[in-house]
Amino acid sequence: MKKLVNRPENVVEEMLSGMVLAHPDYVRKLDGFNVLVRRESPVEKKVALVSGGGSGHEPSHGGYVGYGMLDAAIAGDVFTSPTPDPIYEAIKAVDGGAGVLLIVKNYTGDIMNFEMAKDMAEIDGCQVEYVVVNDDVAVENSTYTAGRRGIAGTVFVHKIAGAKAEIGASLEEVKVTAQKVIDNVRSMGMALSPCIVPAAGKANFTLAEDEMEIGMGIHGEPGTHKDTLKTADEITAQLVNKILEDMQLLDGDEVAVMINGLASTPLMELYIVNRRVHEILSSKGIKIYKTFVGEFMTSLEMAGCSVSVLELDEELKELLNASADTPAFKLL
Amino acid sequence: MSVNGLKIIDILNKIADVIDENKFYLTELDAAIGDGDHGLNMSKGFAVVKEKLKEDTGSNIGDILKKTGMALVSNVGGASGPLYGTAFLKAAVVMNGKGEMDLFDFVMVLQAALDGIKMRGKAEPDDKTMIDAIEPALNVLKDGVEKRLPVKVTLKEAVDAAYRGVEHTKEITARKGRASYLGERSIGHQDPGATSSALILDTIYQAIADGR
Repeated sequence: MKKLVNRPENVVEEMLSGMVLAHPDYVRKLDGFNVLVRRESPVEKKVALVSGGGSGHEPSHGGYVGYGMLDAAIAGDVFTSPTPDPIYEAIKAVDGGAGVLLIVKNYTGDIMNFEMAKDMAEIDGCQVEYVVVNDDVAVENSTYTAGRRGIAGTVFVHKIAGAKAEIGASLEEVKVTAQKVIDNVRSMGMALSPCIVPAAGKANFTLAEDEMEIGMGIHGEPGTHKDTLKTADEITAQLVNKILEDMQLLDGDEVAVMINGLASTPLMELYIVNRRVHEILSSKGIKIYKTFVGEFMTSLEMAGCSVSVLELDEELKELLNASADTPAFKLL
Repeated sequence: MSVNGLKIIDILNKIADVIDENKFYLTELDAAIGDGDHGLNMSKGFAVVKEKLKEDTGSNIGDILKKTGMALVSNVGGASGPLYGTAFLKAAVVMNGKGEMDLFDFVMVLQAALDGIKMRGKAEPDDKTMIDAIEPALNVLKDGVEKRLPVKVTLKEAVDAAYRGVEHTKEITARKGRASYLGERSIGHQDPGATSSALILDTIYQAIADGR
């Protein structure tokens, strides 16, 4: 293992300390908990947005704490859901009286821990609702699985629900908008190389020199299949076609696109992927309203990317364009 | 035959030891079909349980089980924390204010725990989860209570049923949790949650059978 760490058990806490020192104008850390909240929390009479999950996906989710996006982000151990206590503390710290919306990625542990925290906060009289993001089309969404996983499309939920909350919408309205984003977004990823959880010290799967995994999850969960390495255009077509199979996009529909790097893939390659995504969508008459290329939800040092497509309507367009100012996402 | 609060604390300490002895075994089972942290996380959580029960006088079994549940919820993480935590918290409600537990109470406790696990995990039998160990054991216990069989015999048969449940998880496809992403590739692998549940039930039986 070749990593810039001190002790594996301290990585999350040390990372958060570093984040607070880097962005003191945006975030502060809750004493005794691995939680970042907006510096000015709680924001009076605004619905508060809380997200989080296992660490190792930076800038998700702490990087999105700030104006127009999240009010709090809970950082669990690497790839492990946080326990209910810090989630509960986060809810209490950011509730400005208008209620709290939890944005949870669809993983069994995350759902249970966030649900328990919701129950605990409700006993104290907090109004709490939650939505579950499940944008990964690589997993069959059936009664025989835990359902689709939540991946990079979650960042669209943070952005759009965050903008909705910022204009003074009620908890129910913010939840409805967040759910609309979830219903309209699909993603699919692929990996070129594995990643190493610091505490484990070795890679959680292997890929041969000429191999890739299509549909790989952000924790190295199996995808749809292993394949021999192909060109960027061929790989991109596989991802986009699988996404489009699951959406009813018509000629003239508008979408936002996110090309997300998993951490070890250079921006150069992400732009090459983006070029092909635009070609494919344009050839079908689908209009790309806005494009995001960069690292939004990483997977430690994994190489690879994911593509997300969000179908837009007037409301979503307006909210997507609203300003946001956070350490990792700025739209001014 | 009934046991008091101090005996319950003793049993919980023994469970903590057994989980610790088996942490690498459980983690290995989990690495095959999950994310490979079950044993380590459970051992971490039960170490805190031991710590929290050190000063307990044993007068209220409900309180003992509540402390156990809270410690597991707050320290295990992943899915096992909320599941085992909820199980103990639901059991705590049944035993609130009681200083003694008999076999009938234990049936109620295990029923409440199982209902809590099903509620929290939204899982059913044959989903390849801890339910596949606990439910068969509970059914045997109910039967034993109804037929007024000796406590130790009933407990032994319940533990055997739990281990048969664990064996059965090898034959079925995971439908909950991370293992479900593997689909049929999960067949042949034993469920780590069912295994830890069987180990816990076995430890309870051993402690009662010891009679000390």
